[in-house]
Amino acid sequence: MSANSTEKLYEKLKMQAEEKYGPLEEKTVIWVGTATCGKAAGAIDVREAFKKEIANRGLNAEVLEVGCMGHCYAEPLIVISKPGFPPLSYGYVDDGLVKLLVDNYLENDDPCFEYALVALEPNDYFPTFSDFPRGVYENKTILGLCGFIDPEEIDAYIAEGGYSALSAVLNQEPDQVLDEIKKSNLRGRGGAGFPAWRKWGQVKENPEQEKYIICNADEGDPGAFMDRSILESNPHQVIEGMIICAYVVGSDTGYFYIRSEYPQAVRRINTALKQAREKGLLGDSILGRDFNFDIDIFQGSGAFVCGESSALIRSMEGKMGMPRERPPRLVESGFRGKPTIVNNVKTFCYVPPIINNGAEWFTSIGTAESPGTAVFALVGKINHSGIVEVPMGTTLNQLIYDVGEGLPGDKQFKAVQIGGPSGGCLPESSLDLPIDYDSLQEAGAIMGSGGLVVLDEDDCMVAIAHFFLEFTQKESCGKCTFCRLGTKHMLDILDKITTGQEDDLAKLDILQELCEDVIAGSLCNLGGTAPNPILTTLRYFRDEYEAHITEKRCPALMCKELIAYYIEPKKCSKLCNACVGSCPTEAIYTRDDGLKAIDQEKCVKCDNCMKACPPEYLAVIKLSPPSLVEERERK
Amino acid sequence: MELLEGEREEIIKQVGEVMEKYQSDREKLLPVLQEVQGRLGYLPLLAMEKVAEAMDIPTVDVYGMTTFYNQFRLNPPGEHEIKVCMGTACYMVGGQIAMDSFERRLEINEGETTADRKYSLERVACVGCCTLAPVVVVNEMVEGHVTPTRVDGLLLSLDGEQKEGAAEAGTADEPSSDEQPVEAEGKHDREGEQSK
Repeated sequence: MSANSTEKLYEKLKMQAEEKYGPLEEKTVIWVGTATCGKAAGAIDVREAFKKEIANRGLNAEVLEVGCMGHCYAEPLIVISKPGFPPLSYGYVDDGLVKLLVDNYLENDDPCFEYALVALEPNDYFPTFSDFPRGVYENKTILGLCGFIDPEEIDAYIAEGGYSALSAVLNQEPDQVLDEIKKSNLRGRGGAGFPAWRKWGQVKENPEQEKYIICNADEGDPGAFMDRSILESNPHQVIEGMIICAYVVGSDTGYFYIRSEYPQAVRRINTALKQAREKGLLGDSILGRDFNFDIDIFQGSGAFVCGESSALIRSMEGKMGMPRERPPRLVESGFRGKPTIVNNVKTFCYVPPIINNGAEWFTSIGTAESPGTAVFALVGKINHSGIVEVPMGTTLNQLIYDVGEGLPGDKQFKAVQIGGPSGGCLPESSLDLPIDYDSLQEAGAIMGSGGLVVLDEDDCMVAIAHFFLEFTQKESCGKCTFCRLGTKHMLDILDKITTGQEDDLAKLDILQELCEDVIAGSLCNLGGTAPNPILTTLRYFRDEYEAHITEKRCPALMCKELIAYYIEPKKCSKLCNACVGSCPTEAIYTRDDGLKAIDQEKCVKCDNCMKACPPEYLAVIKLSPPSLVEERERK
Repeated sequence: MELLEGEREEIIKQVGEVMEKYQSDREKLLPVLQEVQGRLGYLPLLAMEKVAEAMDIPTVDVYGMTTFYNQFRLNPPGEHEIKVCMGTACYMVGGQIAMDSFERRLEINEGETTADRKYSLERVACVGCCTLAPVVVVNEMVEGHVTPTRVDGLLLSLDGEQKEGAAEAGTADEPSSDEQPVEAEGKHDREGEQSK
């Protein structure tokens, strides 16, 4: 079939989609964000409340479900688009606010600006995203549609120009497309930053008939959820990227490798695949061309190491997910021994916009070595947590203080943990680092999948290192001795330090040595990066380790065995019993003089009394080392 | 854990159906185990043996798979499944404290099920609700900002549901009588301290 007819077929699809989504503008539409995070915060109740109110009052309005806009701190989040008004977004929505908005805005014309977060289009009344610091830095190239289209409706994506890149690509030679990707210098977003075009080119050149394309959505980093958010909010963009990749390398079978812990993502991808097949965008003779490609879903079973591509493939073959030595590389011998491309969700996501806007547009964003944007899950002690997309080269300072609006309370910034269990903790002095693959690596962290946790003065760096090591130690597949036993030894040392059983400072040198050995003696990147959290904390926060060992003191007052709760008699009120009731183990008693005190033997250090103590007293404090309690009681 | 009456037959039946669906294809071992667990709620030893038999592979290969991947559980799930999130953000603000509280109240360790199979307790890595940290998922419902007192409240409300159910069925409500002595004992202790 000719190039012309492909275009015609696409134009027809687009017209149908626009017909369906065009008329919505004449009617009031309420978008409710129902990705997993929104649901957890109560988005389903909000959706039902709107539906009920609208039905009861017979209003001409429609409630639509969309994905995640990335402003997780304000969930449940909605957008109301009413003709004659700019579309406005409202956060922290509950039943009361729903009723208020229906009363004042839907029935009358008062948009309740006092509850609005932001307007989505420039107007004379209310600020838009670009009027806030976050909007200044953010550049949504792949998250642009997330949260603004119905992820379960392919027409919503097509109406916004979706699949136009595919239609354009089918009129070009695969070489031409590969060249464009090469010029864009798109680097893999899974963490290592390997150039995507190189993998694609090698598989393309391979004479083998059977080739596989796998989308790695096995997001196992505890604290990162960007891939999930994309899959739940805009599944078609990933699918389109995969189809284009298949066309370039000449593959007819693809797989989504998704964690089974993401049931909603699996469901939405399934729906998306079905709809794409119905539209002739997947399956046999795509858009009327002599090109067949279909995608299947494989559900991962929760093993962090399966994010490593050779382990991922072994688990797809029905074996334990253990990485294997390379060569042969996966592009030569991967799934079922055939040439295979494994790319991250985000890598595929960048393909359609690169085709649509050209490689030059892409390289104009970010830095020369790392073009494009970076997507981060911004969590921890930060005011505006959520999913953000900023150009590569943005500094950590800008990301934390401008995009994330800084730390809550008057707490002091301590460190930022980047890259999850394989990443590192960077101190305040590193805040001016630009975010790109190479700068982060130099500082001891890695780009990783994009989890970014902000830590403040209340967070113990030894405990953080312990937390991540415990995770990687558990997830080590056991193939390499250093990774299996070395991490265990390191964990034992950290266990002793955090519980106050270690007296020997020389153990820190052994820890350092073990770190280096594990890196040298491990086959895959799990072992190769597992010591990073320890190496960086040792490098930047050695004094905290030393305080744990020599003074048995946890400076951040976090390690349970090294702290004690204490009620200051001077501040405690005789008439208040708040702490007594809150204690789950009945450890708090009333002294003869009416003041409260804690029985240290019974205390389980649950923090409840500290929270229960009314703000006018704040009599409960933490002391470290615990021996301080006796000293004070003696006074 | 001992199999209850009738469970043996059910396991054999369900595994048989799954194996037929996947035609005992060795490459499909992971999806097979996922589906068996989906049907039974967990993977009892008997089910693993039956899968191995059908695929003609050693049982230890199946056991290796089920223990390698976190998704598989070897204990039956409790009537109420409690999952405590241990993602980075939750850990930093007291996920472990929530876990400790559940362990203390239910008198089981993480990964176990109470003897009456009423509650099971698990840790999970990041459910992606970091802004609500620390998070606990109770029967698929996400509960945010969980403190030890909230743990008590959650368990009370689950017990309450159970009691209502029991009352409807016309049986006596055992759990409440279990609770009382503990309460009384605690109060007693406190009075003891006071007189000191």
